[in-house]
This record gives sequence, structure tokens and C-alpha cells, in this order.
Amino acid sequence: MQEQGVQVTSIPRGSESRLRKGLAKLFRNRMAVFGGILILGYLVTAILAPVLYPGNPSAPNLMRSLERPSLEHPLGTDELGRSILGRMIYGSRVSLMISIGVVCVGLLVGVPLGLVSGYYGGKVDFVLQRITDMLLAFPGFLLALALVAILGVGINNTVISIGISMVPIYIRLVRGCVLSVREQVYVEAARAVGTRDLKILKRHILPNVMVPIIVQTSLGMGTAILFAAGLGFLGIGVQPPTPEWGAMLGSGRGYIFNSPHVATFPGIAIFLAVLGFNLLGDGLRDALDPRSKI
Amino acid sequence: MSGGSLLCIRDLKVRFRVYEGVAAAVDGVDLEVGRGDTVGLVGESGCGKSVTAMSILRLLPSPPAQTQGLIQFQGVNILELTQDEIRKIRGGSISMIFQEPMTSLNPLMTIGEQISEAIVLHQGLDRQEAWQRAVEMLSRVQIPSPELRAREYPHKLSGGMRQRAMIAMALSCHPQLLLADEPTTALDVTIQAQIMDLMQKLREEMHASILLITHNLGLIAEMARKVVVMYAGKVVEEAPVKELFQEPLHPYTQGLLGSVPVLGRKFQETRRRLQEIPGIVPSIFQMPRGCRFHPRCPKAMPVCSEEEPPMIHTGQNRRVLCWLWQ
Amino acid sequence: MFQYTVRRLISTIPVLIGISLLLFVMLRALPGDPALVLAGQMASPEDIELIRVQLGLDQPIHVQYAKFMSRLAVLDLGRSARTQNPVMEEIWARLPNTFLLATTAITLACLLGIPAGIVAAVKPYTRVDYLVTSFSLFGISMPVFWLGLMLVVVFSVTLHWLPAGGIGTWKHVVLPTVTLASFVVAFIARMTRSSMMEVLSQDYITTARSKGLMEKVVIVKHALRNALIPIITVVGLQFGSLLGGAVLTETVFAWPGMGRLIVDSILARDYTMIQGSILIFGLLYILVNLVVDLIYAYVDPRIHYD
Repeated sequence: MQEQGVQVTSIPRGSESRLRKGLAKLFRNRMAVFGGILILGYLVTAILAPVLYPGNPSAPNLMRSLERPSLEHPLGTDELGRSILGRMIYGSRVSLMISIGVVCVGLLVGVPLGLVSGYYGGKVDFVLQRITDMLLAFPGFLLALALVAILGVGINNTVISIGISMVPIYIRLVRGCVLSVREQVYVEAARAVGTRDLKILKRHILPNVMVPIIVQTSLGMGTAILFAAGLGFLGIGVQPPTPEWGAMLGSGRGYIFNSPHVATFPGIAIFLAVLGFNLLGDGLRDALDPRSKI
Repeated sequence: MSGGSLLCIRDLKVRFRVYEGVAAAVDGVDLEVGRGDTVGLVGESGCGKSVTAMSILRLLPSPPAQTQGLIQFQGVNILELTQDEIRKIRGGSISMIFQEPMTSLNPLMTIGEQISEAIVLHQGLDRQEAWQRAVEMLSRVQIPSPELRAREYPHKLSGGMRQRAMIAMALSCHPQLLLADEPTTALDVTIQAQIMDLMQKLREEMHASILLITHNLGLIAEMARKVVVMYAGKVVEEAPVKELFQEPLHPYTQGLLGSVPVLGRKFQETRRRLQEIPGIVPSIFQMPRGCRFHPRCPKAMPVCSEEEPPMIHTGQNRRVLCWLWQ
Repeated sequence: MFQYTVRRLISTIPVLIGISLLLFVMLRALPGDPALVLAGQMASPEDIELIRVQLGLDQPIHVQYAKFMSRLAVLDLGRSARTQNPVMEEIWARLPNTFLLATTAITLACLLGIPAGIVAAVKPYTRVDYLVTSFSLFGISMPVFWLGLMLVVVFSVTLHWLPAGGIGTWKHVVLPTVTLASFVVAFIARMTRSSMMEVLSQDYITTARSKGLMEKVVIVKHALRNALIPIITVVGLQFGSLLGGAVLTETVFAWPGMGRLIVDSILARDYTMIQGSILIFGLLYILVNLVVDLIYAYVDPRIHYD
């Protein structure tokens, strides 16, 4: 009974040490560490792509098309005789760029809107929530697809389309957190002593919504890779000759009967990258925010 | 010594093995409940009193809980029973009432279903007979229009009504021992008294014993005949209720009594401030050396931080775990 | 309940109008003239102009929208620019296929996912749990189109057991169903596990155990029923999105459903078709949501829609 008085004041300050404790817990989680290793491998491949594969991954060599894996081309060649391994290595760059771009769009648009919507409420909130409802009425991939239909194909439009399709998720998430934090005693106290809104948002509310945002961002990276590959597979994402995993799979589909390796390997790359972010996201959630269920 | 007693706990130890370490939530508890008796188990939250009660029905999740010692009920050691045997005891000869009436009932089942479930199981009645008994029990716990209430879901009932329903459920199979874990803490003060009166009345009618677990000393004074005080996983004092209130021996008990306002006496008259026990309960992972209470004890002596105090029997029914009485 | 249903149905109208308006404006704000696309590269300016008039593209946008809405009132979604068939007809032809696939996939997913999630939650942090958890993680991380292709490689190309695509016999349904279900199984298993674990930690489960019930009864009768409530939502939402077309799965298996229709229309810039199918999809999704809410009210006595 005596302890209760102490707890209220310790909530806002606790977020930093909670983060440190959480990270320690994260490193003990074998699954999350494995996810981290996958992501690390993915990042290193993307950054060192020109070192790992010195040639031009998009230069065709029709004499050697659809070759099976060999010493020279460990994963074989595609229909234009290009090294599948080389294209996969460069493909990691493309997918990394896309997924970072997507998450940036989602964060930069979704987080401020969610903060405003949750903190101010009223008409702004009402309008924003109806739009969010409408966008969430569509499954994410279909929404991205519809946006691509409107914006057109290409790497930039892929980023914008998938990014926008993620915005409503961030708005919901942040708004929910803000609503639960807003009524806390320490926020009310800050407001009572006349702290400015922007300062309250920055000082008290943002730190508390940080954890769900971090978790969602990791999971969002995985989703972005998956969506971008899906669009590429359908032929309405990144356009050839840019090496993109989904598009590689899409073109390999035509040779599935005689040369299944063309479609097989890019899929493994997508799977491992997405798995990495999902493992890390799960681990982050368990470590930092065990009660939430995203 | 254990001849006349219904429940006899000897050297009960419950440990929780978790990442942070091994938590000794209960560390060598001895406890006895006689037939028809009401025993109060008192202590701050986290002292191990609820864990003790849960371990009597073996309701602690294992892992992480590890239980050792002897829990003798009607001459059988509960800790050595098979799953089937312990299930027959649960809700049959020992039943339990929990603290939160709001969350202790299944929201998707009617009150009647939840009560008759245990009756079907333990009394071998068919569903209809069990339902009749359930309605009967509801009227015995003074719930108005019991036929109607039996068909309702928990969310339609007030907190007090739900706790009555819990009591009806607990008593429906004529248990010999009722474990009441903070049964009135979540209720309004006026309702608290009603519920306690009801439990007292039903206990007499059914010749049951009650182990009442609470941090509310007022409740103990009214209900119990014997009090056991726990601190940090150990029993620190045991006494008949009157003697405990008149002359508490352990400094912790003294502190507990000092932190309760005495009704009917004006502040000026007594000139006594409400005392509080300084400090907080020690972490379950880092128990202090020697007496576990010594860092907070106003009467601590050098020996208290060195060696664990012995259990000292100061009278026929009194014992205290303190160097002061050596 | 009836009143609530009617009220909910009426409240979908503004949402649908909103979606249609949004779509209408966005589609027309696009770069690229649909008449140009339709007419092809060889068309003369006169031909293009004719198509513009035919499509009503020469009129101001609000007039176009008014016309569109008045036709919508009699369930006329216009004609597809690509096939010249009425949009409604095209959608009606595809919807049963999509419905079939969505139903088989969601059924399979529930049959596998819910029990797997329960087992994992009942024995947390054991081998079974790790197995379920890892498999469901694989499931949600796997690109479905890749899984579909791999299944084709194994079962069609190598073993010749099942057809690689198309529609017709029950054999054609197997691979698309498995492919489509893979993600949903994983998702449902994850949700079931977390929902079940949460419920198992509730006080009323301890109460149920303290009554002396068998663990089986505690889990099925007391825990599962409570845990199912959030699972119903997930299943409903997943079903709704499967109706919208498992675009990728339908593409892999050349399955003539709504998803293919939408992609083909996007590729052909067939605006009336895109507009119509997305609108129908929105309606279906809202209906599924309504059904989920009604099931909720039936399962959970605490919810009353009056």
C-alpha cells in the first residue's frame, strides 16, 4: 500500500532503464539474435555488393542463358545469361532501399498524424480516423496494389505506394498509445503546470510510444520487403533490368518446368530477409513490450 | 500435536525458479488449522501468504514453482497425491475464494453453470439436480431471486453479488476447509461486513474451517480465533487473536498494529500518531542476512543481522521468531 | 439485433460513397489518358476523340461522377474498357472462384492453426511450442508466390500428382489452397497462442482449476471459449482479405478470380473495371466485418448491440 505513491512518479523516468533492461533481454533471446544475424548479413551484402560481385549484374549474355549452378555461377544463370547470385546480391540493395524508404514514409506521415489525432482529439481526430478506417478496410497488399495502379510502376512509386499503405497502421498504433498515456497522472500534471503541448508531446508522450513504434518498424521492414517483392513478381513494381528479387522470381516463373533454379533462389533471399526482421521484431516486442500483441 | 487438526503444514517451502534467480516465496512455514476453526493469516503483500494458500490446493504453476515439505490434510500429505486425487479434493473437501470477484468468474458462463459444474463433479448429481442445488446455494448466500440470477452472466452482477456467488460456489460441495484469499479486499466497506458475516454464519452451519488470508487486521479481530503473522516468506508470530492484539510480541506485529487507526478513540486523547513501518519489504531475491526484518526493525540488535532468530514458544499457543524473546 | 444489422448496413453507404469518390478522383488525376491507352498506338486523333466521347471523358469530372453514381444506384458499374463486357458480369463470373478458394483456405487454416496455437499455449516454452512458433514464423515470412512455385516444382513438375494451374477438378484446388492457407495458418496459430496464453493466466482459470475440473475441461470449456473471441476477429479479417483476392496466389496458379481481375485491369488501365472491383471488394469486406460483429454478440454475452 505504501509503495503505490512511489510508482506514479517513476513511470516517465523508467523508460530509459527499461530500454536498457529490455536490450539485455533481447540479447539473451536466441531467436532474436538469429534474426539480428540474418539482418546483419543482409545489410553487409547490400553495402558490399560491388565487392562481392564485381561484374555488372544486368549485362545480358545470351550465350549462357538458363545454365544450372556451376563453379563460375554458383546459383546458375537466368534467361538472359546473367548470374543469379550476382543479381541476388545487387537485389539486396534494391530491397533494402525500398524497405527503408517505405518505413520512412510510414513513420514520417503516420507518427505525426497519430500523435495529433490522439493528443488533440476532436474534429481532427474524427476526420483522420474515418480516413484511416477507410484505408484499413483494404488489406495492405491490395491497397499498395491500388496505389501502384494510380501512381504507375517503378521503384519510387513502389516505395510511395507501400509506404502509404502502412501509414494507417502507424496512425492507429500511435493514436492508441497516446490515448492511454494522455490520461496518466504525470501528463495531466505537466499540463496543469502549463507546459506547452509540443513539449508535452516530445517529453512525455513520444518516449512512451517509442517502444511500439520500434517493434512495428522492425515488423514493417519485413512486410515492406514482402510487398515490394510481390509487386515485382506481378510486374508492376521495380522494372527490369534493375535486379529485384520479386521480379527475378516473376521472370523465372516462365522457366519453372526446365530451370526451376531461376525462381528458387531469389525466393530464399526474400524469405531469409523477412524472417530476420520478423524474428527481431518478435524479440523486441517480448523484450520491451511484453504485454502488447501486435 | 497434529491429531486434532484438519490441516497441518510443516516446513513448507515454495521456490520459484525464474531468470532473475530463485525466489523463496515461502520458506519453512508451519501452520495448523483445527476443525471448525478460523485461522487468520496476516502479512503485507508479497509475504507469501497467498502462495501458501495456493500450494495447499497445488494450484501454483509448476514450473516455475517448486514445493517441498508436508501439507497434511485429514492425515494425507497433499503434496504426494496424484493429479486425480488432488482434483477430488479441489472444490470438494477444500475450496477457495479469491480476491477479485470481478475477474474470478468466467465471463462466458452463467452463474448457475459455474456453480453446478462443481456439484456435478463432486456430488455425482445430474445437471438438473445440480442446477437446483446451485439455485439453493445462491439463496443461502442471500442473493435475491436466485432462479433468475443463476441464469445471468457475471457481468450483470455487482462486485458484492459476485463474491456471494463465489462463496456459494465454494461451499456448494460442503468443504471442510475454506481458503479465503483476501475475500473482501476488492469490495466496499459496507459490503465487506455483510460478506464476512455471511461466511461466519455458513461456517457454523456447515462445520467448516476457514483459513482467512488478509492484510486487514480489523477483519482478523472480528473473524479469527488464532492469528499467524507472516513476513518475507516466514511465520514470525502466532497467537490467539486476543493475546495478539493485547500484547504483540514481534516488532513487525507491533508495527502492523501501530499502523492501524483505532476507531472510537480520538486523536487528541491517544496523542499517538499512526505509526508506519519504515522501509519496504525486502526483494524476494535478496533476503537480508540474519533476521529478515532487521533492516526495518526499530529494536534491532547486533545479533539480528548476524544470525537467523530461533522460533521461541512463549506460551501454550504462542510462538515468535525473534531474538528479543530468547 | 435486427435493428443493429440494418443500422450497420445503412452506415456502410457513406463509407462506400467515400471510397468511390476517392477512387474516382484519384483515377482521373493520373498521368496518362485512358483513351490513348485504349485506342492503341496506331489510332488517329479522331478515333481517340471518339473513344473519349464514348467513355464520357470529355465531360467535367463532377458530371462524370454524378453519372457514375446514378448508374451505381441500379447496380450498373459500367462496361470494361478492355473486354467491353459489363463490369458486374465480369465480377460475377470471378467471384465464385475467389469465394471457393478463400473458403477452402480459411477452413484449412482454422483446422491447423487453432489446434496448433492451443497446444503451444498449453505447453509454453517446450519443444512443441518452439515447433509451432518457428513454423508460424516461417509461414508469415515466406513469400506466398515463392511457396506456390515451389509446390508446383515438387507436385506438378517432378511428381506429376497435381496440375500446375487452372481450374476444373478438385485437384486444381489443392495447391492454391495450401499456398493461400500457409500465411493464414501461421497468423491464426500465432494469434491463438497469444490469446490462449493470456486467457490461461486469468483468475477465472484458477477458479476453474480450484473446483477440481480436469485440465482438459479447463482448457476447452473455460479457456478456449474466451480465447476464441479475438481469434474470430482475425479469422474474419483474413477471410475478408482473401475475398479481395489472393492476387499473388491466383497469379501463380492462373486461377480466374477477383485478384487476377484486379491485376489485369491495373495492367490494362481498365479504369471502370478497377473502380468496380475495388468498390465491390470494399462492400464485401464491410459485410464480412458486420458478420464478425454479429458472431461476437452471439458468443460474448457482455456485448449487446441495442
